[in-house]
Amino acid sequence: MTRYVLKRLLLLPVLLFLFSVTVFAIVQAPPGDFLTTYVATLASSGSSISAEQVEALRREYGLDQPVWIQYVRWMENLAKGNLGLSLEYQRPNAELIGERLVLTVVLALFSFVFTWIVAVPAGIYSAMHPRSALDYALTVLNYVGVATPNFMLALVLMWSAFAYFGVSVTGLFSPDFVDAPWSLARVVDLLKHLWLPAVVLGVAGTARLTRVMRANLLDELNKPYVTTARAKGLPEWRLVLRYPARLALNPLVSTIGWYLPALFSGSLIVATVMNLPNIGPLLLRALVNQDMYLAGSILLIYCFLTIVGTLISDILLAWLDPRIRLEEG
Amino acid sequence: MTTPVLEVKDLRVHFFLDEGVVRAVDGVSFDVGPGQVVGIVGESGCGKSVTVRAILQIVEPPGRIVGGRILFTKDGAAAADLTALDAKGPVMRAIRGAEIALIPQEPMAAFSPVHTVGDQVIEALRLHQRQWRPEGAPLSRREARALTIELFRSVGISMPAERIDAYSWQLSGGLRQRAMIAMALSCKPRLLIADEPTTAIDVTTQAQVLNLLRDLQRRDGTAIVFITHDLGVIAQMAHHVVVMYLGRVMEQGAVADIFDAPKHPYTRALLKSIPSVRAAPRTLLPTIAGSIPHPLGRPRGCPFHPRCPDAIPEICADRVPALRPVGPGQHASCFLYHRDEADEP
Amino acid sequence: MAAEAVPAVAVNVAEERVSVASNWRLVWWRFRKHRLALLSALVLIGLYLVVLCPEFFSTQDPEATDARLAFMPVQRVHLFDGARLSPWVPGVVGKRNPMTLRMEWRADASRKIPVGFFTGGHAYRLLGVVPSRLHLVGAASTDGRDQIHLLGTDRLGRDQWSRLVHGTRTSMTIGLVAVAFSVVLGVLLGGISGYFGGLADLVIQRAIELLQSLPTIPIWLALTAALPRDWTPQQVFFAITVILSLVGWTTLGREVRGRFLALREEDFVLAAELAGASRRRIILRHMVPTFLSHIIATSTLAIPVMIINETSLSFLGLGIRPPAISWGVLLQEAQNLQTLALAPWLLMPGLLVIFAVLAFNLVGDGLRDAADPYSQ
Repeated sequence: MTRYVLKRLLLLPVLLFLFSVTVFAIVQAPPGDFLTTYVATLASSGSSISAEQVEALRREYGLDQPVWIQYVRWMENLAKGNLGLSLEYQRPNAELIGERLVLTVVLALFSFVFTWIVAVPAGIYSAMHPRSALDYALTVLNYVGVATPNFMLALVLMWSAFAYFGVSVTGLFSPDFVDAPWSLARVVDLLKHLWLPAVVLGVAGTARLTRVMRANLLDELNKPYVTTARAKGLPEWRLVLRYPARLALNPLVSTIGWYLPALFSGSLIVATVMNLPNIGPLLLRALVNQDMYLAGSILLIYCFLTIVGTLISDILLAWLDPRIRLEEG
Repeated sequence: MTTPVLEVKDLRVHFFLDEGVVRAVDGVSFDVGPGQVVGIVGESGCGKSVTVRAILQIVEPPGRIVGGRILFTKDGAAAADLTALDAKGPVMRAIRGAEIALIPQEPMAAFSPVHTVGDQVIEALRLHQRQWRPEGAPLSRREARALTIELFRSVGISMPAERIDAYSWQLSGGLRQRAMIAMALSCKPRLLIADEPTTAIDVTTQAQVLNLLRDLQRRDGTAIVFITHDLGVIAQMAHHVVVMYLGRVMEQGAVADIFDAPKHPYTRALLKSIPSVRAAPRTLLPTIAGSIPHPLGRPRGCPFHPRCPDAIPEICADRVPALRPVGPGQHASCFLYHRDEADEP
Repeated sequence: MAAEAVPAVAVNVAEERVSVASNWRLVWWRFRKHRLALLSALVLIGLYLVVLCPEFFSTQDPEATDARLAFMPVQRVHLFDGARLSPWVPGVVGKRNPMTLRMEWRADASRKIPVGFFTGGHAYRLLGVVPSRLHLVGAASTDGRDQIHLLGTDRLGRDQWSRLVHGTRTSMTIGLVAVAFSVVLGVLLGGISGYFGGLADLVIQRAIELLQSLPTIPIWLALTAALPRDWTPQQVFFAITVILSLVGWTTLGREVRGRFLALREEDFVLAAELAGASRRRIILRHMVPTFLSHIIATSTLAIPVMIINETSLSFLGLGIRPPAISWGVLLQEAQNLQTLALAPWLLMPGLLVIFAVLAFNLVGDGLRDAADPYSQ
């Protein structure tokens, strides 16, 4: 199995290289560049800029070079750990991203934990008491949960909080804590604001996971090894958790691979709606403004997170299921 | 007369489906004496497996025991009616696995694929340790492992210390079945139920497994209820035979009586349908006319009458024959022998 | 022989029918038993009728703006006028709030606008060909002055009901077309990969892995941001569809490849080869039918995902662009919390999204259960 993991890790830089080319091409695809948008924005707000100034800026930012030279410069900088400069914010990209990266990861992980803590027991309960009242209620909730786009849920929740309670749930910290240094109280405040986006982000995934867990467990409960365990005299709950639940979880674990990255991507929408300092909204602005190094770097980070997520899931699956582990040889 | 280990009296198990009620077991009675091997034989769908699941109280919904009693006698204790116990309660669970053990049908699917066979046997040992060793300290890991290795050795598994850490899918069919037998016997049960233990394996392995069961039975005096559709295996293993059809007992008796002097037309037809080396070449293989009815379309009266060559018009289609003696130690439910004694339909 | 029990005979006849029914008929019978799925299928058919001719179902021209009519709330439809069954809607009186400068509306029950069915209204072309003025619902007054706004209006005074109806056409079509593209790509490439194996398989498999490793939403955003601002709505529509399907085909491609790989080893394929069947015949007549129903079920389940994706993209401003209308574009109006607090009915398109996706999921689940020959 170590061979398998090593092979995947060695492929990582190759994949990232391929992705960097793709990403850069996509970012450069729109006609014009950052300065075109900049000039247009200036014009719409009434100010103007002379042509020479635009040319000077263009040379300064290196936007007058052919595309492939820009790409090479980017790669050179990346190799040195320099993510480049944001043309819009005029700050190093590393700074901009760093401020938001932790939150992005924390939000996704929070959502992930929430999803599994809720979905697995709900799925197990549903499978063990099929057609009960609670099972029907959960099924309805699941269907609706899968059908609701997460930005819609965010909007509705924010609106009801605003309209009925006069509370604005955007942002991450209460006014007192926004600029305060890190302390336990600040962490608690963060958690108090974080749970809502985490839940909104995780609802669709939770609903889907519960349904899959329920279906898988129902399948497993009919299998002969459950009868054997029961015939051994094991108490019902211990029996279910030890045998069929364990096997029903296996296919679910293999979905972690795309679920974690999906959480990272999905947090983009929720963060935009709820105004959270996430790398998602940053990417959105960068794309619209053609702030190419910023957009490119963030896209690469997303790619990296995706690949790592898939790798984690494959490792987990191999660890959980000895059939895979031992047959890899 | 010694008390039988198990007495099944008029057991009825019905399945309540959306389409109707399937009477899988409809009035089955038989006894199992201490150290005796009772073979239950019949075609698929006759209710053999459901009967033994009812004995263990693991009938799955929508099935339910709707009538009858199952009396189980432990050493020196009074008989307990298993149907009166809560199926999931501690009393029944203490019996299951420790006093009455099951060897299920397909050993490949019957072991969990993600736990080693050793772990699964150890689990049984630890679960019931208070029963097979009432005094002494709780079973330690090392002790349990050593015991399991011994168990594996006693059922003829070579290299037991290595096999104990194998997964079921890494073992051959014969080894798997032996491991399953080891697990069933781990807590020294009084009654062993073997549900078609030789169906899923090849003939050579089959012979080995049967010999193993016979040796173990003779050594420990375990009573065995042996389910199969293979009459040859019954002839080898059983002392007593119960022939079932559509949830009812057609005939039962000592193995010699059943094979040499079958009384019920169904038993006779079954025995006649065994291909014989002594038959003349190019003769048609004898079969039983007709086919097994759909479970929801049980015939009225005697369940076998539509296919019976000796059916008596009017009587057989109308009333259900009761199980009555037709010889010393032999019972049959057929109106050929008892015109007047019918059961409730 | 003694008489058979009557139920046994009836069951045998039923079994006969089942054993000679074609696969599609069996699937239909099993699908019919899921009443919820059946109901959802009817809902979907209704929605696609709307797609065919949204003008008929709308009450006004969706582009017509009138600042004086901004932010009218949902109008309550009363079914009974006194004792008669005659639906009507109360007229509204608007007053501009001097402080917020927003219109505030009050229902004026003294003015009853009758609601008629199959009324005359603004002109349009049925299916783009036949000129007509017929609308399903509208104000029944003859002077054409009174209008009904069943779902209120937005900040530009545009009728929400009509916009919702037109948006349905775009959103439902994108889902369908994007999935159709994905299916074609997936079956084609997955089939080539699975059946022929070798180099083609290797290349296609690596491509699938690569595409699946990309983070979907960021890549979509990047791709749609790359679309030139001056493209027409139709071009944008087409481009969005292609973009959505370019990433979506990989899952189906993998499944199809897996199926072909497994089927290649099956005995019935070997039998067909030995009988001398051409390769094309083997693929089309022997292999594909075994998993065709599964593909249909999977595709049906993929459509709602596409709908949600398009809605999300448009909501962020990077999908369908105004003046084209889709559910996501409509929901853009609801981004502002202040606006929402004033006009919560702007969230209605979201409800329709949930509704449509729910219906698709139920139908897809029903199809999947019905198509699986091994399910109960």
